[in-house]
Amino acid sequence: MQAVATQPQAGRKVAFRVRLARAAAPYLLILPGGGWLLLFFVLPLLALAVTSLESGDFITGFKFDLNFTNYSFGIQLYSPQFLHSIEFGGLATIAALVIAYPAAYWIAFHAGPRKSAYLLIVLLPFFVSFVIRTLSWETLLGDFGPIFGPLKNIGLLPNDFHVLATPAAVSFGLAYTFFPYMLLPVYASLEKIDRRLVESAEDLYSNRVDVFRHVIFPLSLPGVFAGVLLTGIPAFADYVNQDFLGGVGTTMAGRVIEQQFEVDTNYPLASALAFVFMLGLLAMLLLYQRFFGTKDLIGD
Amino acid sequence: MAAELVAAREQSRFRIGSWILPAYTHLVIVWLFAPIVVMIVFAFNDTHGKLNLTWTGFTLKWFEHPFAIPTLTAALYTSLLSATLAMLISTTLGTMIALAVHRYHFRGRGILDSVLVMNIAASEVVIGSALLTLFIAFNIPLGFLTIILAQVMFSIPFVAITVRARLAGFDPALEEAAQDLGASPFQTFALVTFPIILPGVIAAALLALAICLDDYVITSFVAGNTDTFPLWVYGATRLGVPPQVNVIGTFIFLGGVLVSLLLAGARTLGNRKAEEDADG
Repeated sequence: MQAVATQPQAGRKVAFRVRLARAAAPYLLILPGGGWLLLFFVLPLLALAVTSLESGDFITGFKFDLNFTNYSFGIQLYSPQFLHSIEFGGLATIAALVIAYPAAYWIAFHAGPRKSAYLLIVLLPFFVSFVIRTLSWETLLGDFGPIFGPLKNIGLLPNDFHVLATPAAVSFGLAYTFFPYMLLPVYASLEKIDRRLVESAEDLYSNRVDVFRHVIFPLSLPGVFAGVLLTGIPAFADYVNQDFLGGVGTTMAGRVIEQQFEVDTNYPLASALAFVFMLGLLAMLLLYQRFFGTKDLIGD
Repeated sequence: MAAELVAAREQSRFRIGSWILPAYTHLVIVWLFAPIVVMIVFAFNDTHGKLNLTWTGFTLKWFEHPFAIPTLTAALYTSLLSATLAMLISTTLGTMIALAVHRYHFRGRGILDSVLVMNIAASEVVIGSALLTLFIAFNIPLGFLTIILAQVMFSIPFVAITVRARLAGFDPALEEAAQDLGASPFQTFALVTFPIILPGVIAAALLALAICLDDYVITSFVAGNTDTFPLWVYGATRLGVPPQVNVIGTFIFLGGVLVSLLLAGARTLGNRKAEEDADG
């Protein structure tokens, strides 16, 4: 300030330049990455929205004419597949939560100094390519594979028993595929619970069940919902698990979208179906933000 | 007497409770590793036909010629190259975003946050089909370039969030001190900021590399006729996946394990050193 007062002209200029640089700095830092996301994430979504309201076909060309029937027609035509998505995706999310929560709880509260080692071990399998992992499940769950083959040979299971090609196999595969997206946020929310809260509840004569019900579980809810969101959304739309582990009658909506794009080239219909997922995602995110903010989804 | 009884009951209850949860956690770990074990075991399978689904005897021959299938090797090369390039770009851009968000308050931050969250949460099918729509609309030929464009796009948010988590514990006073002592902004970044965030940047880069190498859905939409490793494997499922896939998958897995063990070891050493410094 002293310098500015004694040399008003030059000082003010420098101060102005510093202030300008300060104001511009965050935008300059964000520009390349933000620009990339704008061009190859936001803009494509807009293109998808526009295409979903077009009509025409691949040969004669597409025309933008606010053709909302793509939505009504698409949802009507593929309602069984959308129902499958909701059913299998929902089951997978519940299964992932039920499997992940107790493990995350034990690692966060009782694994002691081996906490990070356990967390690492739990995440190691996901270094293997997703396609290979799903393929391995197909082998494992095969009708005469390493699990059911021996059981059938000794007569513990009837010969026509099968898990592959059932909704259970698909849901189970989805739960496996997206398991880290459930485990990590749940673990993070449990890990950062202040241990003094748990101790004071115990000092006030809560038993272990009450401590869990009234202290630990409510405090872990943001993580649980973040996990449900991050597992559920990709699980609804996945089609790889269904392709490997499902059967003829288990097609999900993600597959329909892929087929419409790659095989039938009905881009408006495919875009409309895809955008239905986007709208569902937006609705879920808005609900989440309303209750918990974005902190537990992306940290602060 | 009564007090002893209560204590005894407490103890037995704790004893039951104390083995159920760890046993359960280890069971979950078995479940998580089951398909990995299958992949590794079947890399040693002496299969003769095209299907590698049933055990027919032990062999090491697939490890002698892991690159015997030219198209598979080419796909692996494409994967490694595109994932490495995408990693370098997205780590740079994502780290810049993390620095901006950590250091400054600015207009539009809420929008940026929403875009990052949406990018992570959006279904791959939606992102893939949206990108394809864009590339079709602007007549951009599908191939290696579009794969890079896509992979950088979906890994930037993961990098930004990982680096930001590391920055959360970073005291801005350190940067101010450096500047008070006459360091230029560049010197401050190179000598103070960067060494401190480096572990976070490395972790973010590895995460980016892993998700780019692994991606199937988005890449399959934008790849055109180019094959990456996951795309090749997926295509091969129709005819039977050769054991070379298991061998390469095992190598990739072991590479990931090795890198994370090295990182974990380095972190433990770093922490111990920091503690000793603090004690001394």
